Amino acid sequence: MSENTSGPIHASAPSGAPATGRGWDRQQMADRLSEKFQDGWLVNLGVGIPTLCSNTDIGDREITYHSENGLIGYGPVLPAGQEDLHLVNAGGQNVSLKPDSVTVNHADSFAIIRSGRIDVTVMGAYEVAANGDFANWKVAGQKGGGIGGAMDLAACAKRVFIILEHVTRKGAPRLVPSCALPVTARGVVTLVATNYGLFAPTGTGFRVVELAPGMSFEEVRAATGAPLEG
Amino acid sequence: MRSKTFGSFAEAVADIPDGAVIGIGGFAAPGTPYNLLKALRERGAKGLTCVGNTTGGAHQPRMPDIASLVENGQVRKVIASFTAATRPTDVLPFTKYYESGEVEAELVPQGTLAERMRAAGAGIPAFYTPTAVGTELAEGRETRVFNGREMLLEYALPLDYAFVRAWRADASGNLVFRLTQRNFCPVMAMAAKVCIVEVEEDILPAGALDPDAVHTSGIFVQRMVKVPAAPEGIWAVRREERKK
Repeated sequence: MSENTSGPIHASAPSGAPATGRGWDRQQMADRLSEKFQDGWLVNLGVGIPTLCSNTDIGDREITYHSENGLIGYGPVLPAGQEDLHLVNAGGQNVSLKPDSVTVNHADSFAIIRSGRIDVTVMGAYEVAANGDFANWKVAGQKGGGIGGAMDLAACAKRVFIILEHVTRKGAPRLVPSCALPVTARGVVTLVATNYGLFAPTGTGFRVVELAPGMSFEEVRAATGAPLEG
Repeated sequence: MRSKTFGSFAEAVADIPDGAVIGIGGFAAPGTPYNLLKALRERGAKGLTCVGNTTGGAHQPRMPDIASLVENGQVRKVIASFTAATRPTDVLPFTKYYESGEVEAELVPQGTLAERMRAAGAGIPAFYTPTAVGTELAEGRETRVFNGREMLLEYALPLDYAFVRAWRADASGNLVFRLTQRNFCPVMAMAAKVCIVEVEEDILPAGALDPDAVHTSGIFVQRMVKVPAAPEGIWAVRREERKK
């Protein structure tokens, strides 16, 4: 994986993850968000868990994936030996072309983003706040950070979906009343998928859209930093 | 007219002075001017400001990147969209020089970085963008409301030199990039006083390229060097070969 990416990667399941058979795994989290993609959408996927959205069977819906490095429309990562070294996605992976793929320069790629033509961007995050703020470019005490295209995408895409583990490795909530970390954009998140379910920021808390199998409202409420609304 | 084609990378970077502002094209491997970076390291110009998407990764074996110039004591400042690794637990070769204060850095959102160079190349001194409004990056800076939305003022980013890598070129300096090799290269060429290109295929006679297929006009290109075959020239390698 290249460092040329947007948003953090959470390398392994946190210790607060529910026991096997309860909650969603990463692919299921991605699948829940992919179900919301509508026919004809232009979708930008951040690295890490969001890339799993491209594995979801989307039936007969036509979805085009946009990669910030100027690649519009791409297919799966190619196996070793079949890569084209001139062709990478935002994570530096050697992806494949589709029949209608095109490449543009970086200014044009971000013109597509800044002018509001991305229907949804799906990103990882460290924290999401009840008011739709989120943080994904800098951890506490870090000098510098990794923004990549995340701020452009978060400020300008029509919708921002976030996918993240519900709690940190130490068990602290990631769905919080307000972000403690420096934010990527303010008031933009409309839908959050975690291993515990699907949630929508309401301004004052998080509304449960769907609970993952085996998760109770009470249990999820205890693991959420902001008020959980039924 | 003086030829734009140079015989070696050393010759192409020979006059780069201390304190130059240099844009380094590339996103991951495609478009990265490895050979020009290596030649600049050998030339040894100091006090440089380097502009690029990243400072380079932690992959082994290392390829020439901005961090290799930093390690060689040539860089005063870096302007990039990543000044830390994406995974907070990863440490970039650049990190210790930045944390110790040996090198300064300006962190710029990727689309703003591209547009600041495009603006410089287009004769536009500044522009407003919604990106980074309400974040730490906008603290203390000028914003203005357009159509009911707060926008952040950003200034053009002119370069003294641009280093880019292209697939094809003709003797006039017209460039064609292949697939995602294009990335920042055209905007850096526009933003620079002197754009130096490493070209993968043999440089064609003027007029050999289809005029409708040119990505960057030779107007923006001053110097070119053909990349020799490996091992003399540096080429991207496949992931599994990189591990060996």
